[in-house]
Amino acid sequence: MENLRLLFEAPLLPVQLLLDGVLIGAIFALAALGMSLVWGVMGIINVAQGELVMLGGYAAYFLYRAGVHPLFGVPLAALLLYLLGWALYRTLIFRVVDQDLFISILATFGLSILLQQLANAFFGADVRTAESGFGTLVLLGGALTISRIKLVAFAAAVVTGTALVLFLKTSRMGQAIRATSQNARAARVMGVDTDRVYARTFAINAAICGASGALVAMTWVVHPYLGLPYTIRSFMIVIIAGLGAVHAVLASAVALGIAENFAGFIFGAEYQAAFVFALLVGILVARRFWLARQRRYLA
Amino acid sequence: MPRFLAACLIAFLLSSAAIAAKEEDTVVLGAAVSLTGKYSVNGKNTKDGYDIAVERINEMGGVKVGGKRFKLKIVYYDDESTPARGAQLAERLISQDGVKFLLGAYSSGLTKAMAPITEKYKVPHVEGNAAARELFTQGYKYLFAVLSTADYYLRDPVVLAAKMAKEHGRDPKSVKIAMAFENDPFSLDVREGVVEEAKKYGMKILIDDKLPPEINDMAATLTKVKAVKPDLLLVSGHEKGATLVVRQTVEMRVEVPMVASTHCDSAKIAENLAHAAEGVLCGSQWDRHLAYRDRWFGTAEQYAERFDKEFGYPTPYQAAESTACVLVFADAFERAGSLDPEKVRDAIASTDMTTMFAPIKFDSTGKNVAKQMVLYQVLNGAYKVVSPEKWAETKLVWPRKLPQ
Repeated sequence: MENLRLLFEAPLLPVQLLLDGVLIGAIFALAALGMSLVWGVMGIINVAQGELVMLGGYAAYFLYRAGVHPLFGVPLAALLLYLLGWALYRTLIFRVVDQDLFISILATFGLSILLQQLANAFFGADVRTAESGFGTLVLLGGALTISRIKLVAFAAAVVTGTALVLFLKTSRMGQAIRATSQNARAARVMGVDTDRVYARTFAINAAICGASGALVAMTWVVHPYLGLPYTIRSFMIVIIAGLGAVHAVLASAVALGIAENFAGFIFGAEYQAAFVFALLVGILVARRFWLARQRRYLA
Repeated sequence: MPRFLAACLIAFLLSSAAIAAKEEDTVVLGAAVSLTGKYSVNGKNTKDGYDIAVERINEMGGVKVGGKRFKLKIVYYDDESTPARGAQLAERLISQDGVKFLLGAYSSGLTKAMAPITEKYKVPHVEGNAAARELFTQGYKYLFAVLSTADYYLRDPVVLAAKMAKEHGRDPKSVKIAMAFENDPFSLDVREGVVEEAKKYGMKILIDDKLPPEINDMAATLTKVKAVKPDLLLVSGHEKGATLVVRQTVEMRVEVPMVASTHCDSAKIAENLAHAAEGVLCGSQWDRHLAYRDRWFGTAEQYAERFDKEFGYPTPYQAAESTACVLVFADAFERAGSLDPEKVRDAIASTDMTTMFAPIKFDSTGKNVAKQMVLYQVLNGAYKVVSPEKWAETKLVWPRKLPQ
């Protein structure tokens, strides 16, 4: 409770925690956007989501080592991962896309282990960082600090989210993706090449993860076993936000970031994750009751 | 068909007889090391450390046991960084390959899994890469460690903080400590040591966070640190913890006069985060500038030079520890005058030697009690020894100044 007292004594602390939470949430939001897209359109829960984030981080790291400016590092990492995502679809994912959900979970779980071990074999288990060189924004004489890369991450999340909405709403491909997600068979009947739609969808997801991974490597660190927390967080965010709602994904990601930061501060870092999962259970139970009252849980 | 089988059998017998004859003048040591999985970097360091020792000993004519010279040889298996696999391999090395002497694996987790097996078969097991305290409270008779146990990693910063307080006219009692340790056996041992040391001085521990292993962000903990303004910040979370604390204290402008961490040398903080790492203290097992020497490699520096040249990367302490394990065996073989595991065990127990890694002398639990930890400070992008004072290259710079 010492920590709670601290929170009230120093009014800037909650502000700092809130800011950090919002900005971290933005990075989670990216990975979650991708997961929501793949889940909604292809009916696949991609367990290898975190590994795509990790690979994006490595892409950014190697680009940084090669002297590429980090502002280009993020889109380049996204581009590389786009190609990888497309390749992954053509070799593995297309085999599980119309199958039982369970099979796709198993397949992507296997993929996640494979990617982890390959990363370990090729890049080593060392912990690496890519320097963004943006430095920190120091406000109020050092009482409040915001690292600029986190602001970049936030902007990237908002831009990506908006671009995704516009893409899905206006472009031909976007329309095809939406049609496929509504009813794949009907879309096929109407002449949509659903296989291409799936390939694009998965590649777009990988690209978004790649951007998020690049930001992770510039904000924190990157190593081969980084993935799991990102997969789990994306899953949580999508569960709370529901499928196909970009603004809901952004909002719940930010809320998760804030909750996590406050929990870490008040209960100590060891309960940070535990608190967030307890919260998830709470939300699911509450929502079930709410849906039951509205008699919507059967729908 | 029976004739073919008989021929095979004869061929097999002949070849194994040939191997036996050849192996008569070779002592075989066994080791499971992590060549794949999450410890693969440290596993390679360990293997390189073993290899260079064997190479050097054989180059000098091998070991002399009871008037006869023997070459050393190591049989390796990859434990995939998992304890269960390590235990399996220890069993296999001993019961299938007939290995009578075991060199340790990397990490406490693996050693914890393997020690009961070497105990069961009464096989001497000398390790240099498992520092958990718990390994030496089980009453194991065949396990020996050349390194300092984990609870010694960050005791020195506490002592230094007390000294700095005194020098600045403050009571060491008034020193406030913030600490964040990963929730794994190693870091919790480090924490125990710090708590004991802090109690000695009557210091106050204001923050005591345990970082979950999957943590990738220390912002919440550091926000707290910034608010309570401690005199000393201690972190142990392997390479990830070291990198994060250096990076995020600068980024969030957390001004603490003394920041110490484990694993900063293997995280390469001075190399990768040069400016940010300035002034950070690192607990380490060994340094090439220490003045220890032995009859195999000469000084620590000479050892390190040879290692750098042979393997093409700067000598990590994990390699020096591993080399020391082989040297302990070599010394014990010669003193035992026999290759009987029992006699070798007793000879190891009475070891009293200095190697380029450290002085080595085991207590009854198998811990090396003659060795001290080294404390580095990152200064101008290089690691400089600041403690123990006897080996210090330079004076401690205090307080840590954050780069602009």
